[in-house]
Amino acid sequence: MRAERPSLIDPWPVRIVVGALIVGFVGLFLALPLYTLFAQAFAKGVDAYLRAIDEPAAWAAIKLTLTVAAIAVPLNVVFGLAASWCIAKFEFRGKQLLTTLIDLPFSVSPVISGLIFVLLFGLQGWLGPWLRSHDVQIIFALPGIVLATVFVTFPFVARELIPIMEAQGTQEEEAARLLGASGWQTFRRVTLPNVKWGLLYGVLLCNARAMGEFGAVSVVSGHVRGRTNTMPLHVEILYNEYNLTAAFAVASLLALLALATLAAKAALEWRGRTEIAS
Amino acid sequence: MTLALDSVRRGQRAKVLPGFRLTLGITLAWLSAIVLVPMFALVSRAAGVGFDGMIASATDARVLASFRITFGASLIAATINLVFGTMLAWALVRWRFPGRRLLDGFVDLPFALPTAVAGIALTTLWAKRGMLGQIADGYGLQIAFAPPGIAIALVFIGLPFVVRTVQPVLEELEPEIEEAAATLGASRLQTIARVVLPELLPALLTGFALAFARAVGEYGSVIFIAGNRPGQTEIVPLLIVTKLEQYDYAGAAALAVLMLLVSFVMLLAINLLQRWAKKRHGN
Repeated sequence: MRAERPSLIDPWPVRIVVGALIVGFVGLFLALPLYTLFAQAFAKGVDAYLRAIDEPAAWAAIKLTLTVAAIAVPLNVVFGLAASWCIAKFEFRGKQLLTTLIDLPFSVSPVISGLIFVLLFGLQGWLGPWLRSHDVQIIFALPGIVLATVFVTFPFVARELIPIMEAQGTQEEEAARLLGASGWQTFRRVTLPNVKWGLLYGVLLCNARAMGEFGAVSVVSGHVRGRTNTMPLHVEILYNEYNLTAAFAVASLLALLALATLAAKAALEWRGRTEIAS
Repeated sequence: MTLALDSVRRGQRAKVLPGFRLTLGITLAWLSAIVLVPMFALVSRAAGVGFDGMIASATDARVLASFRITFGASLIAATINLVFGTMLAWALVRWRFPGRRLLDGFVDLPFALPTAVAGIALTTLWAKRGMLGQIADGYGLQIAFAPPGIAIALVFIGLPFVVRTVQPVLEELEPEIEEAAATLGASRLQTIARVVLPELLPALLTGFALAFARAVGEYGSVIFIAGNRPGQTEIVPLLIVTKLEQYDYAGAAALAVLMLLVSFVMLLAINLLQRWAKKRHGN
C-alpha cells in the first residue's frame, strides 16, 4: 500500500544503486560465507563428509552439546517463567533494576562469561581449594560448561515472555482465580496457553545459542578431546589441525541448526502476525 | 482518592494472584547464583590488584595495542553496519520485491550462526587462496590474518543490530509527513535529509552503539581470522584468555573489569538514547 504512494517511491536510479549496494553487501557478508561453509564441507564428496561426522570424537562432541543444551535450556525456561511472572504480573520496588540485571549477560563479552566461573571454581579460584579437597570438578568438566552456557543464555526466555505477559495484563488470571482455580491451575490453563508461542520462540533462541556458544565454553572447558569438547570447540580443534573437511562438516551441522532456527523463527513471527490480523 | 483506590486494587491483586514470593524468590536466587555472585568474584579479584595495579595493567604496551585494535576495528565495523544496515532496513520496509521475506529472515543469520562457524567460513573466504582473498591479493591487499580481517568478522556479527533497530521505527513512520514535505516543494533528497533522517536518528545511534558494543566483546569469529599477533592483531578478549592460560588470574580479571566498564558506559548511552527516542515519539 505504502509503496504505491507516488511521492514515496524512490526514483529508479536510486533503487538501482542502493539495490546493487545491498546485494553486494548481503552477498559478501551473508551469502558467500554460508556458501563457503557448505562448499568446504562437501569439497571431497558426500562420503568424506559422512566419514568426518561418523567419528568417535565428533559423536562425543555432538553428545556433549546435546547434553549441555538439555540441562541449560530447561533451567532457563523455569527461570524465565518465574521471572516474567513476578515482573509482569506484580508491582514492586526495584523492578527496573531487576530487569536490567537479567539482561546483563547480553552485554558481557563471552570470554568474561567464562572467566567469572574460572575465578569462582578454578584451582586458584574462591572455591577452588575446597572443591579440590572434596574431589569435585567444575571447571574443565561438564558442570562448568553448563554454568557458562546458562550464563550466556540467561536472558533469552525471560526477555521474550515479559513483554507478552505485560501486554496481557492480569484480568484473565484474576477471573480464573475468582472462579475457583488454584494458582497452579491458573498458570497452567490460562497463562501458559497465552504465552506458548512466545515461550517457544524464546526456547528456540536459547537453544541455538546454548548449542553454538564458543567463547565462554572455550574458557571453562579445558578442551579435553572426546570429553569436554562441545561441537563448536571440536570445530576449532579440527580447523587448527588443518583437517578442513572434518571441521566444515561438523560446522555444517551447526549451520543447519542455525538455519532451522531462523526458519522456525520466521514461521512463528508469521503466525503471530496473522493471529493479530484475524 | 485515586491513590487510595489504586492501593486497594493493588492489594487485592496481590491477594488474588498467587506466587509472587515464590517466583521472585526463584528469580533472585537464580540471578544471584548465575550472575551476581560470579560477577562479584570477578570484581573483587580485580580489586585485589588495587587501583595502581589496574592503571599499570591498562597502560601496558601490549594491552594498549590490543585496546586500540579492538576499538578501531569495532568502530569501523559498526560504521559500515550503520550505512549498509540503514539501506537494508529501508529496502525491507519500503520496497516490494520477490524474496523480501527471505532476505528479512536471512538478516538474523549472524545471531543464529555460532561464532566459531562464522569464523572459519570467513577465514577460508578471505585467506590468500580463498575466493575473495585471491581477488584482494591481486590488488596487494591482505585481509585475513591482518586488521581488515578483524573488521570483516565484526561487520558480520554486528550486521543485524542496525537493521533490527531501524526497521521498526521506519515501519512506524507516518508517510503523511513525507507527502507533506513533498507537497510543500521539498525534493526527495531534501525530504530524506530533513524529515526522515532526523526521525531515524535515535534508532540509528542505538543500532550503531549495539553493534559497536557487541563487536568490542566478540571473540569466536575474530580469533580465526585475526592472526593473533601480539601488538598487531590481538584483540582484548583474546588477551584475557592468554592471561588466563598463563594463570595470571588477577591480570585477566583486571582487563575484564576494564572491558566491563566500557560496556556499562555503552549500556548507559544506549539507555539514554532509547529514552530520548521514546520522548520524541512518545505521547
